Order: sequence, then C-alpha cells, then structure tokens
Amino acid sequence: MISPEGNPYMERSRLRATTVPIASTLIGSAMALIPVIATEPIVPPFGLMMLLAWRLLRPDIWPVWAALPLGLADDLLSGHYLGTAMILWTIAFLVLEWVDQALRWRDGWIEWGVASVGIVTIAIGSWALSQPSGSLTSVLTVIPQTVGAILLFPAILRITAALDSWRLKQ
Amino acid sequence: MAAPRHRRRGFSRRVQYGLFAGYVVAIVGILLAAGLLLIARLDPRAFGTLRGIVVDAGAVFTGVGRVGVDAGNDVGAEISAYFNAASQNRALKEELARERRAVIAAKAVLAENARLKKLARLSEHLPAPILSARLIGSTPTGQRRFATLAAGTAEGVRPGMTVRSSEGLVGRVYESGIFASRVLLLTDGETAVPVKIIRTGQAALAAGQGDGTMEVRALVAGGRQFRRGDLAVTSGTGGVYSPNIPVAVITAVNGDRAIARPLADPARGDFAAVYPIFQAPVSDPPAQPKP
Repeated sequence: MISPEGNPYMERSRLRATTVPIASTLIGSAMALIPVIATEPIVPPFGLMMLLAWRLLRPDIWPVWAALPLGLADDLLSGHYLGTAMILWTIAFLVLEWVDQALRWRDGWIEWGVASVGIVTIAIGSWALSQPSGSLTSVLTVIPQTVGAILLFPAILRITAALDSWRLKQ
Repeated sequence: MAAPRHRRRGFSRRVQYGLFAGYVVAIVGILLAAGLLLIARLDPRAFGTLRGIVVDAGAVFTGVGRVGVDAGNDVGAEISAYFNAASQNRALKEELARERRAVIAAKAVLAENARLKKLARLSEHLPAPILSARLIGSTPTGQRRFATLAAGTAEGVRPGMTVRSSEGLVGRVYESGIFASRVLLLTDGETAVPVKIIRTGQAALAAGQGDGTMEVRALVAGGRQFRRGDLAVTSGTGGVYSPNIPVAVITAVNGDRAIARPLADPARGDFAAVYPIFQAPVSDPPAQPKP
C-alpha cells in the first residue's frame, strides 16, 4: 500500500478541500455587509449564488442538509427571520437532487437556466417568508436584485470553478 | 455533455443508508426552520443575543469599509463643488439673505410660542437624545430594510428607541448588539408612523413599502385631500415617536392615499441621534364622581 504522507501524488490538503466551498458561500452571504445604506434591495444574493454554483459544479461535496447551517448564516447576515433561507435553500437542494436525476443533458446554458429558476423562486419565497404581517411591500421590489443575480451568475460560476481547481490543487 | 451520474445508489447498503439519512436530516431541518419562522412571527425579538452577536461582528467589517465610502463620497463632492462655483455662490448669497429674514421671523414666532405656552401652562416632556452615532451599513441583499448603527447596548441603545438625523426621522432600533444595532428604516414594511400633515393638520398613518417610499393613509375617510409637496411630521400619537419630527414629503396622490418619500436619507446623513422611547405625559385621571 502506498502511504499518502510525503507522496506528492497522494497528499492533498483535506482542510482546504472542505473549507473553501463553505467559506466562499459564507463570504457570499457576507456581501450583505458592504457599507452602503440601501433603502431598497439592490445587491444580488451572492450567498445563494455561490451555493447554487457549488451545488451545480460539484453535486457530491455537500450532503443535502448542508444548506441548513449555510442558510442560518445567511439569515443572520441578511436580517431575515431565522429559518427563511434555511427552509428555501434546503428545499432547493432537495429539488436539485431530483433535477440531477431528471436531466439527461447538461451544459453551461442549462446550468444557467436551472440556477435562474432557483434564484427567482427563492427570491419570491424569501420575500413571502420575510415580510411581517400587514406589510405593504410589493413582490416587485425583488426584481432589480434578481435580474442582477441572473446576469451575474455565469461570472460566479467561473469564480467557483477557479476556486474549485485551486481547492483540489495538489 | 451528457449529465454525470452522481449519487448512484448502487448496491452498497452503506451508501444507501447514508443518502437516506441525509434526506431525513434535511426534512427534519426544514420542519425545525419552519418552527423558527413561527417563533419569529410570534416574537420578532427572539434570539436577540445571537442576532446581536452577528450584528456586532458584521459592523466590524462594515465600519472599516464605510471609511472608504465616505472618503469616496467626499472626493466626488469636492470635485463637483468646483463646477458652477460662481453661479452657486450667487444663488447661495441670495438664499442666505432670504433665510436670514426667515430666521428673524422664526425667532419672533418662537418667543411668542413660548409665551403662549407659559400662559396656557402647557408643559411638554420632549426627550433629549441619548447619543449620536454613525449609520454604517444596511441589509442591501435582504427583503427587510435595516440600517446598522455603530452603537449598541454598551452605550445604552435598546430596541424600540427612535433614531433621527438632522433632516428627519430615520427609524427605530430593532435589535441591538453590544457595539452595534439594527435600525428598522422608515421604508420597511413593518414601519407604521402616526403622522399629521402640516398644511391641514390631518392625522394620517405612514407605512413603509420596501422600495424607498412610504404610503400615507388618512385616519379619517373623507378628510381633506393630500397634495403633492405636503409635509408629514410625527404626531406623537401612540407614544413611540415624539411629536413634530419631519417624516416624509408627499410625492404622488392617488385618491385618499398618497405616496411619500422619507425626508431623511440614511445613506447621506452621516450621524444619527438616538432618542429614548417617547411616552406622552399622562394627564391626571378624571376624578371619580362622588355618590
């Protein structure tokens, strides 16, 4: 048996391989901390975009429940009620499990389409779950950030791919 | 490219059980999160400590970045001040002369007002601000409109306190950490401010719409119409906001409702003052009739 220690072909930093996807998603959620004071939602949900990008690129790195703690972190940073992103992101992961089985063909366009559907659905869902009762906020307020998120998603996918190759570099 | 087949169940019992356990944990987690949501509905201040810690941690990053943003804003303002400096100077001088006359008139009114109040033995208990602090950030990705204030429980900021800037009302403290707190802005859907229209004295309710505007609704149907440019100030009803803080200016009227834009732009005002919760002075209860 070949020992992995000291062998440049077997050794890989396990820590980096597992922490990079988690850390990059958390950083995406932490984009809510950028020092602008917005009176309407204008910054795309980068945490969700990173999550979807990792999930589409590497379906096997996370178990289905990984969306729960990541969603909790996003809820805390985005000011939503706790549980909003936890529910929506986990449901998205469950649906993506089914999508993986159903899709016979995948390319960049299809992944973009799948992610767009996810982003729009989750934007509407988080609007519905985060509003207090009696709120006058219209669902149309999610449009600017959702359009931004869909247009930016291929770039996020590229960043994720670069991070992925760095993560797995020997 | 044909789709890669991952999570193939195969014949390994271990893999099958592992996958199944993952689904079970996910479903249980969704139910748990639904419970959390329900708790948040019933008690929006739940998990205040945890949320406060995150507000504190986030404010560290946001505060550092805010310095850069302020510097950038200043550079832009400096450059634009050079253009049309001459015409601006002339206009400002005219305005200054106008304002001086207005200030003299206002001083006279103030003196008269104080004299009349003394005559009527009307005493007001207007709270003094606790402190003023910087608004450093917000939640620009979320569907709720919060701003981050760089002061927390260590300085005595508690949920429910009023935050205002020099231009007008900014909002209320929603949850506070030790060094930072979240301010519920006027434009959030949860905000409802009892206001009165200065021109007519009509009582109304201004509620946030989440898109940078507020909806103003008259409390009594069939009152006087709103007009574009009407100024709404807090009426002090209900005892949360102290009276006569400027809130919003009406920009569009449709029927007996109106759209208003908040006067205080939290992105521009660098400092905001925190006021204690206003409680209207309780007058003596009416005496019981003697039998």
